Amino acid sequence: MSAVTEAAPKLPTSNPVRSGGRKRGGLNEAHGRWATYLITPAIVVLGIVIGYPVVSAIIMSFQKDAGLDKATGLFVAGGFAGFSNYAHWLLQQCVSATGVAAACPPGNLGAQFWNAFGTTFFFTAFTVVFETILGFWMAIIMNRSFRGRGLVRAAILVPWAIPTAVTAKLWFFIFAFNGILNSLLGTKILWTSDEWASKFAIIIADTWKTTPFMALLILAGLQLISQEIYEAGRMDGASTVQQFFRLTLPLVKPALLVAVLFRVLDALRIYDLPAILTQGGGGSGNATTTLSILVVDQIRQGFNSASALSTITFLIIFIVAFIFVRFLGANVVQTQASQQKGELK
Amino acid sequence: MNKSRLAAVAGVAVFGLALAGCSGGGTAGGGNDATANLTSRGPITYVQGKDNSNVVRPLIDKWNAAHPKEKVTFKEQSDQADQQHDDLVQHFQAKDAGYDVVDVDVVWTAEFAAKGWLTPLTGKMKIDTSGLFPSAVKAATYNNTLYAAPQTSDGGMLYYRTDLVKTPPKTWDEMMSMCSIAKANNIGCYAGQFAKYEGLTVNASEAINGAGGSVLGSDGTTPTLTTDKAKNGLDLLAAAFKDGNIPAEAITYQEEQGRIAFESGKLMFLRNWPYVYNLAKTDGSSVVKDTFAVAPLPGLDGVGASTLGGHNAAVSVYSDHKATAKDFLNFLLTAENQKFFATQGSLAPVRMSLYDDQELITKLPYIPTLKESIDNAVPRPVTPFYPAVTKAIQDNTYSALKGDKSVDQALKDMEAAIKSAGS
Amino acid sequence: MTIAAERSSAIARDRAKADAKVRVRKTNAPMIRTVVSAVIIVLWCLAPFYWMIVTAFRQVGFTYDTSPWPTHVTLDNFRTAFSTNLGNHLGQAMLNSVFIGGTVTVVALVFGTSAAYALARLEFKGKSIIAGMILAASMFPGVALITPLFQLFTNIGWMGTYQALIIPSISFVLPLTVYTLTAFLREMPWDLEEAARIDGCTRVQAFRRVILPLAAPAVFTTAILAFIASWNEYLISSQLSSDATQPVTVAIAGFAGSQPHVEPYTAVMAAGTIVTVPLVILVLIFQRKIVAGLTAGGVKG
Repeated sequence: MSAVTEAAPKLPTSNPVRSGGRKRGGLNEAHGRWATYLITPAIVVLGIVIGYPVVSAIIMSFQKDAGLDKATGLFVAGGFAGFSNYAHWLLQQCVSATGVAAACPPGNLGAQFWNAFGTTFFFTAFTVVFETILGFWMAIIMNRSFRGRGLVRAAILVPWAIPTAVTAKLWFFIFAFNGILNSLLGTKILWTSDEWASKFAIIIADTWKTTPFMALLILAGLQLISQEIYEAGRMDGASTVQQFFRLTLPLVKPALLVAVLFRVLDALRIYDLPAILTQGGGGSGNATTTLSILVVDQIRQGFNSASALSTITFLIIFIVAFIFVRFLGANVVQTQASQQKGELK
Repeated sequence: MNKSRLAAVAGVAVFGLALAGCSGGGTAGGGNDATANLTSRGPITYVQGKDNSNVVRPLIDKWNAAHPKEKVTFKEQSDQADQQHDDLVQHFQAKDAGYDVVDVDVVWTAEFAAKGWLTPLTGKMKIDTSGLFPSAVKAATYNNTLYAAPQTSDGGMLYYRTDLVKTPPKTWDEMMSMCSIAKANNIGCYAGQFAKYEGLTVNASEAINGAGGSVLGSDGTTPTLTTDKAKNGLDLLAAAFKDGNIPAEAITYQEEQGRIAFESGKLMFLRNWPYVYNLAKTDGSSVVKDTFAVAPLPGLDGVGASTLGGHNAAVSVYSDHKATAKDFLNFLLTAENQKFFATQGSLAPVRMSLYDDQELITKLPYIPTLKESIDNAVPRPVTPFYPAVTKAIQDNTYSALKGDKSVDQALKDMEAAIKSAGS
Repeated sequence: MTIAAERSSAIARDRAKADAKVRVRKTNAPMIRTVVSAVIIVLWCLAPFYWMIVTAFRQVGFTYDTSPWPTHVTLDNFRTAFSTNLGNHLGQAMLNSVFIGGTVTVVALVFGTSAAYALARLEFKGKSIIAGMILAASMFPGVALITPLFQLFTNIGWMGTYQALIIPSISFVLPLTVYTLTAFLREMPWDLEEAARIDGCTRVQAFRRVILPLAAPAVFTTAILAFIASWNEYLISSQLSSDATQPVTVAIAGFAGSQPHVEPYTAVMAAGTIVTVPLVILVLIFQRKIVAGLTAGGVKG
C-alpha cells in the first residue's frame, strides 16, 4: 500500500506539517477576524429563519394552550404551564378537568408520542441504509466511462427533480388498491392500510425519491479521487473489493458522512410522504404517524403543546446528530492542526 | 477570548429573543374587534378554496358590476381542506384585515367562533335565515349565536346498481341481505369512506346517528358514545367489514377510490356525495352510465341520518368593511344565486324551496333524493375542539373496523379521548 | 501564481488523462457488469416517471385506467395546467421557481462557501460551536416553523413577497451547503494554496484561482443540491406566497378537479412532467459547461 499513499497527495497523513513554524497566537487572531467576516452572513440568515422560531417555540412550550371559558364560550389564554406540556408527551399523560393526571386514552395525540418516535426511527434506519447502499452503487456506475453514461445521469436526476408535492401524489396514485402496482403484480395488497405494506410503501417511495441526493454527493466525492491512486492500487495487486474498502471508502468518507448525516436529519423530520400517502394511518391506526405528522396534528389542536413537541423532536434529533458526529467521526470541523498532524481521520 | 464567536452567538440569541417578544399565542378572545367597523363600507376580499367549476368568479363579477364602490376581490386557496383551514388560522392569528369574508367548512365554524375570529351575525349584522335548511343553520350556530351564513350544503346518498337491485334498500339490514346478489356477481357489496381522514368521521357519525345514537349530548360537549345505540350503529359497520359485505379494500377508500370502484362496476352500493352523479354518467371509463340510481341512505329502520356537509360564509372580526361583508352574505343567499351554485357547480343549495324547482330537478335528477338526505341530516359535533374530537373518532373507528379493537373498547376510548380534549 | 496554477492544472489534467485511460483499458466482463447495473438503475428511476407521463397524456375520464401503455391519449392536461381562466398559473409559477431557486442557490453558495472556507481552512476558537449551531438549524421540525415565520413576515409586511420565500429557502439549504463544501474544501491540497500565497496571491485570489477550480465538481454538486431543494420546497411557500409569487409546487398543489373531491391527477402529472424534464436537461447542460469552464479557467490562470 505504500505506493498508494504516496500517490495520494490529498490523504491527510501525507500532508506535511505547514503551520508549525509560525506563532500560533498571531495566526489565530488573523484567522479569527477572517472567520468572523466569512461566517456572519450565514449565521444571520439562520438566526432569522431558524433561530427566532426555535426560541419562540421554546418560550411558548411553557404556556398552556387556550382553554374554553364556559360562560362566554370563548377561548382564553391558558397561562403558565411549567413542564406539563412536556410531561404530556414524554409520559403520555393527560390531565383531566379536575386536575387528575392519567394515561392519555387512544385517540388523544398524547397517547401516540412513543409510537411516533419508534415509527420515525424505523423509517430513518431503513431509508438511510437503503439510500446509502443504492446511492453508492449509482455513484460508482456514474463515475465509470461507458456509452450512455449521460442517460444514466439524467435518469438518476429525475426522481429527485420531480417536486415532492407531485411525487407524493404520484405514489399515492400508484399504491391505490385499484392502482397500477397491484394491477401489474396481480396482487390485492392494501398498500396504504396494512401495517407493514404501508410502512414499506413509504420506505420505497422515499428511497426512490432521495437516493439521487446520496448518489450525487458520493459521486462528487468520487470525482475528487485521482485515478492514479487506483492505478497504484492495481499495481499493488489489490482486488476490486480490496480497492473499494481500502481506497474508495476512506477517500469518499467525508462526503459520504455529510450525505448520511443530512439524510438522517431529514428522515427524522419526514412529513409529506406519510401525510399524503397514508395520512399517518395504517396498521391499527397510527402505523405511519411520524413525529412531524404528530406536530402538525397538534398544531391544529393547540400551538403551545405543539411547540413542546417540536422542541422535544429538536432535542431528539440533536442527540442523534451529536452521537453521529462524535462516534462516527462525521466531525467536519476537526481543527486544521490536528488534521495536518494526522491525528484524526 | 474569541470575539467573533461571542458576537455571533450573542447576536443570534438577542435577535431571537427580541423577535420572540413580538408574537403571542394569538388565541385569546376577540375583544373589541367584533364590534368595530360594523357600518363601514368599501372593497372587501372573499376567501375560499379552489373554485372547482367556476361558480364564484361569475357571481363576484355580477356583484362588482352592481357595487362599483364596494368591489369584492376573490382570494382562492388550495384545493385541500386541511390547508384551507391552516391558511385561515394563520391569517386570523395575524389579525389580517385582508380576509373579510371567509368560506369555512361547517365543522370549523365553532372553533373559529370560539377563538373570537368570526363576527356574530346579531344586531346590525343580523341576516335572514328563514327558508334555509334548519340543520344547515344549526351547523352555523355556536353557543346559541349565529356566526356564519350557510352557503352550500351537502348530504350523503346511496348510489346503487339498477341492473342488480330493482328497488333500493330502505334499511341497513335490507341492504345487507342484498349482498348475496353482489357476491353472485363477484363484486363488492357496499362501501363508503373508511380511510383514516375526515371522511371516516362522516361515515362513523352516520352509523351512530342512523342507529339513534349521537356523538355528543345536547350540551355540545359531553360525549354520549358508551350507549347501546351508539354501539349498535358502529357494530353494523364493523360486522359488515368482518363478513366481507364491505370489501377489505374499502379501508383505503376516500371519496374518489369508492367512486372509481363503483364506476368500474366493482361495487353494488356506494355511499357518497352528489358530485359522483354527473361523473358516473359522463366519465369515459364509467361502465355504469345507465345502470345506476340514487336513494336516501338506509338507516336502522327507515331513512338513515346523513352527516351534513357543506360550507358557511363568515365575516372576519378584523374586517374593515363589515356592512359590505354582510350585504355580500345576503347576496350569496338569494334564491337566484343559490340556484346558480346548483346549476353551475352541482353544489347543494341551502334554500329549501329550490329543491322543488322543476328546472333544477330536470337538470340534476338526484335533487329530490338529496333533499330527503339533507332533511334527515345531522351536523357533526358543533364544538370548538373539533380537531381533537374528529381525531378521537377517526383513530378508534379505524381500529374497530380493522378488527384490532372491539367496538365496545373503541367507543370507550373515543369517549375518553373526547373528554381529554379539554372540554 | 504560476507554480500553484500549474500544479492545479496538472491535477485537472491528470483527472482527464486517467478518465481517458480507463476508457481504453476497460475490458468486456466489467463493462457488461456496468451496463447491466446501468440498465437496472435507469429502470428503477424511470418506471414511476413513465407512469407519470402515461397518466399525463390520458383523458381525464380515464384517469384510473390501469393499462400499462398509453391509451386515450390527449394533450388536454397540458392545456389545463396552463389555463389561467381555471386559476392555474403554472407559467408564472415556473418563472417564480426559477427566480427563487436561482437566487437561493447563488446566495447559499456565496454564504456557504465563505463559511465553509472558514470552517475548513481557518483556525479559530469556537469552531465546533459555530458548526454545531449551523447543523442545529437542520434539526427543528420544518412544519413548526410556519406559524412563527407567518407572524414575523406579517409584522414586517413581507407576506406574499419573493423575499419571504427566498430567505427561508436559503436557510434550509445553508447547513447542507456549508457542510458539503467544508468536507470537500478540507480535502483540497494545502501546499497549493500555500504556494499561491508565496507567489504573492491574496487569500481571496488563491482561493479563486487555485482552490475553486479544483473544487468545481463539488461546488457544482452543491449548487444542484441547493437548487433542487429550493425547487422542491412546499410547506413554507404554500402559506407565505401569493398568487403572483407562488412557486410551481404550490401552483400544482392548487390544481383542482372539475368537482369538489376530484383529484386532478392527469393535470398534476402533466404539470409534473412539464417542470421536471427541462430541469433535468438544464442540469445536464450546466454540468458539462460549468464544470468544464471552471476547470479551464483555473488552467489558464
